[in-house]
Amino acid sequence: MTSFLPSLLGGALIGLSSAMLLILNGRIAGISGIVGRVVQGINVWTNAAFVVGLLLGPVVYFAAFHHWPAVTVTASLPLVMLAGLLVGFGSRMGSGCTSGHGVMGLARLSPRSIAAVLTFLASGIVAVALLRGAAL
Amino acid sequence: MRHIKLQPVAALAAGTLFGFGLALSGMLNPVRVQGFLDVFGVWDPSLAFVLGGAVAVAMAGMAWVRRMSRPLLAERFHVPMNSRIDAPLVIGSAIFGLGWGLGGFCPGPAMASLSLGLTPTLVFVAFMLAGMVAHDRFLVRRPS
Repeated sequence: MTSFLPSLLGGALIGLSSAMLLILNGRIAGISGIVGRVVQGINVWTNAAFVVGLLLGPVVYFAAFHHWPAVTVTASLPLVMLAGLLVGFGSRMGSGCTSGHGVMGLARLSPRSIAAVLTFLASGIVAVALLRGAAL
Repeated sequence: MRHIKLQPVAALAAGTLFGFGLALSGMLNPVRVQGFLDVFGVWDPSLAFVLGGAVAVAMAGMAWVRRMSRPLLAERFHVPMNSRIDAPLVIGSAIFGLGWGLGGFCPGPAMASLSLGLTPTLVFVAFMLAGMVAHDRFLVRRPS
């Protein structure tokens, strides 16, 4: 039960950040797009600044709570590699990920984002069901 | 534009807030992400509150944006106007979701948790970047 409140608060801060980036810079806070633009060398300073902030976030968390947020990875390294390739390729092909489509896209009621979110939730559920079935 | 030089500062602040929100929410933990997607197993619905909270606040922000003629630090809003649900969107999202479920990482949490210096995260991000470059190299994006 106690995990619901931090999740709700954390989510609200993510929404606030997304709204802030749109109101100030006129940009959608889509992480795959921002990271992709750093790689492509488009508007590097602003996009890289967002990424640096993203990495600072957990450091601020550590400073506030004196422990790091939990990160437990059960997937084997080869599986992590495959997952990375699929996430990178798929997010570029689908023009977004959990942040751009999931947060700002849903908030804008974009039909494309609603379709994207339903699709990646469904395939994510399938992937986890396959993992459980294969006991990987 | 007078204020355009402040864009990186705004981006840094928004990024930090985003990363802190991810850390607080539990989204950084791949095991919890997989638990959220494990609807046929021991389902952990708590991360639905992350999406709910984020979308609710972002919607309030959108209500404000609709009354603005332009952003505070830029000439115009860069918001996609395309509303066509096409094959790259659906196929790309399906591929993305498979990777998300297999590893429990999506781009935001993976980037944010780089600061913890864990090997699986570093490997994931390296391969995610490779996947992005592979897409941009081999598939030409359609004009939208």
